[in-house]
Amino acid sequence: MATESSSGSGDFLNNLGRVYSIYTGGFLAFVILIAVLEQMGVPNKILGYLFVFFTLAVYAIIGVLSRTAQVSEYYVAGRSVPAFYNGMATGADWMSAASFVGMAGTLFLLGYDGIAWVLGWTGGFVLVSILIGPYLRKFGAYTVPDFLAFRYGGNFARGLGVVVLVACSFTYVTAQIYGTGLIASRFLGMPFELAVFAGLVGILVCSMLGGMRAVTWTQVAQYIVLIIAYLTPIVILSTKKYGFPIPELTYGLAISDIIAREQQMLASGLATVANLKPHISPFINYSPLNFFAIILCMMVGTASLPHILMRYFTTPSVREARQSVAWSLLFIFLLYFSAPAYAAFSKLEVYTNIIGADVSALKPWIFNWGELGLIQICGKNAGSIDAIVAACKAIAGHTGVVRLQDFVINTDVIVLSTPEIAGLPYVISGLVAAGGLAAALSTADGLLLAIANALSHDVYYKMIDPSAPTVRRLLVARVLLLIVAIVAAATAATKPGDILAMVGWAFSLAMAGNFPALVMGVWWKRTTATGAICGIIAGFGLCLFYLVTTRYFPGAGVKYYGMTSLLNPVTGAPLVDIAKAMALPNAMEAFPTLAHPLANKVGWFGLTNIACGMLGAPLGFAVIYVVSLLGKEPSKEMQAYVDDIRKPRGRTVLEEKTT
Amino acid sequence: MPESTDLKQREEAHWAKTSRLMWMHLGVWFFFGYIIHMFVVPLNKITVPILGFPLGFYMAAQGSLIVFVVMLFMFAKQQDKIDREYGFAEED
Repeated sequence: MATESSSGSGDFLNNLGRVYSIYTGGFLAFVILIAVLEQMGVPNKILGYLFVFFTLAVYAIIGVLSRTAQVSEYYVAGRSVPAFYNGMATGADWMSAASFVGMAGTLFLLGYDGIAWVLGWTGGFVLVSILIGPYLRKFGAYTVPDFLAFRYGGNFARGLGVVVLVACSFTYVTAQIYGTGLIASRFLGMPFELAVFAGLVGILVCSMLGGMRAVTWTQVAQYIVLIIAYLTPIVILSTKKYGFPIPELTYGLAISDIIAREQQMLASGLATVANLKPHISPFINYSPLNFFAIILCMMVGTASLPHILMRYFTTPSVREARQSVAWSLLFIFLLYFSAPAYAAFSKLEVYTNIIGADVSALKPWIFNWGELGLIQICGKNAGSIDAIVAACKAIAGHTGVVRLQDFVINTDVIVLSTPEIAGLPYVISGLVAAGGLAAALSTADGLLLAIANALSHDVYYKMIDPSAPTVRRLLVARVLLLIVAIVAAATAATKPGDILAMVGWAFSLAMAGNFPALVMGVWWKRTTATGAICGIIAGFGLCLFYLVTTRYFPGAGVKYYGMTSLLNPVTGAPLVDIAKAMALPNAMEAFPTLAHPLANKVGWFGLTNIACGMLGAPLGFAVIYVVSLLGKEPSKEMQAYVDDIRKPRGRTVLEEKTT
Repeated sequence: MPESTDLKQREEAHWAKTSRLMWMHLGVWFFFGYIIHMFVVPLNKITVPILGFPLGFYMAAQGSLIVFVVMLFMFAKQQDKIDREYGFAEED
């Protein structure tokens, strides 16, 4: 034990409240400074760079100050993170670029059906707390595969755990790095590929030197930035519009206005019944089956994702692990219950000030996003008034008034454009960009660490060289972190087409692969090693098969596996005419693009492939149950260990060698 | 709990109570996560007073989330109470 560093961290841990209050105050002062600079006439581009580099520098400083040479600090932050702060760190770990930038846009586009994602990404924490998290904390693992290995007889189960972990975390981290690149390129005008690698540097300085310890304390800092950035624009907007600074309460009025305006638009011919999706009507984008299947998969996936579960390994006690889950959800809730407010305010703005307006009288903020191709009017990028006036003229019978079908908006714009809609100065836009970056970086950090830890701890230390000395273990961990990060960034830089869908897939894969084995390992003593191994293979295998077939081999799915077309949620008619599509020359093509008529549009029971965990997890449970009963009951020692996991008091079951 | 009580019995009683709590919370979770949203169409006919939300929309966008947060703080308290009752709680 290095006494110097532990007394230093003791001081830090005792003064957390003060440290982070000063940090928050400092951040607010910085925002005010930027606002002053803006008034003095400093160009927006420089302000944008100041925002990004200042926040990155702060994260880097925290990362460097938290460097450590101790294994337990590196893997589980010395199990010394108080419940409240671990809650904040989990919040930042959890909320990704997709939540920060994309969620409100999804709600704008899908209305009620989009809430499936809000419900799914919050309710899962109930399962984390009551079924899994605190028990794994008591067990004393460094990684999720650690638990599987111990409970299910060794390295084969550990290897399976690593496969599941890498499969779901890698796709997810690629999406985060992609998000980082998107935000940096949009706000700083950097080329996308360069922005991806710049983001990568930001991620690495946070996690390389200090592992979990550094990631924890930067995530707390990132949470503070992202929540301030998310709430500020709509609080101001709500105050301006309704005279009350709590947008989560006032957007009910916006919704009533939207409903009234929808009727008005239909009556005046600005929208048709066919193209208007009423904001509060359920089940017009997802069938009820898919709506509830998505909620379930996201919830259960939450409770199975390794980068989330491992956050609860860092608390000082089982009791604090439970409290920490509650704090986590509270901090996450603050963002998720505000997202529908963003969607409602934006929609009202679009419906009242764009739809029905004369093409030549549109507000200037539209053209900033139109230039980037993110808003289209009359089928053309809304880069300037002249461009769209010409585009609308080209449409036969167009009266020069924007109709609903003329207007297309990219979902990312909803959050990013709210400051401009509200007529706020650029400083607020810069703040939002810094928040989005914090959300993407913090999630990427957590995921990278989960992957690198599984490879260094589980594969290298536990399976390849169990006698490796501490120095070499930590070196291997850091080198692997670097390699995984570079591979993920290189993948993101190619802009893979399925990147956003992959986040949804990660949840289903985690659900099918991890959930049955983890839950039954704690809650049913009779679960045997063979049962669990068969269950993981069967559940994960089926889920993966369904995903890969419906997306990459849809022709084969129809021809050999009895898949049929998914159904239109409103009419109940098939989305594609299977017979016709199968007659096309490219019907049996493998790895087709998204434009392929069958890709993502076929399946069993009309189930979307995002919810493939619905097939995998029940099969996993059933196989574990049946195979376990067929085999011999686990040893008395193993059953005693399970009893130990269930009682918070006492030593952890697994005692790691830390020196 | 008297000292003489067998550890095994205490473990079983503790786990029975823990399981009961687990099922209870799972029930509430299932109701607010799924069941209530199956009735969104009739619920949307009711408007939340003052705020103006249709009730079905409100429950999905806010109501259920608030229930989840409150539930988790309650669960942490209740489970800790059970652990203490059987002497399995960690030292403070």
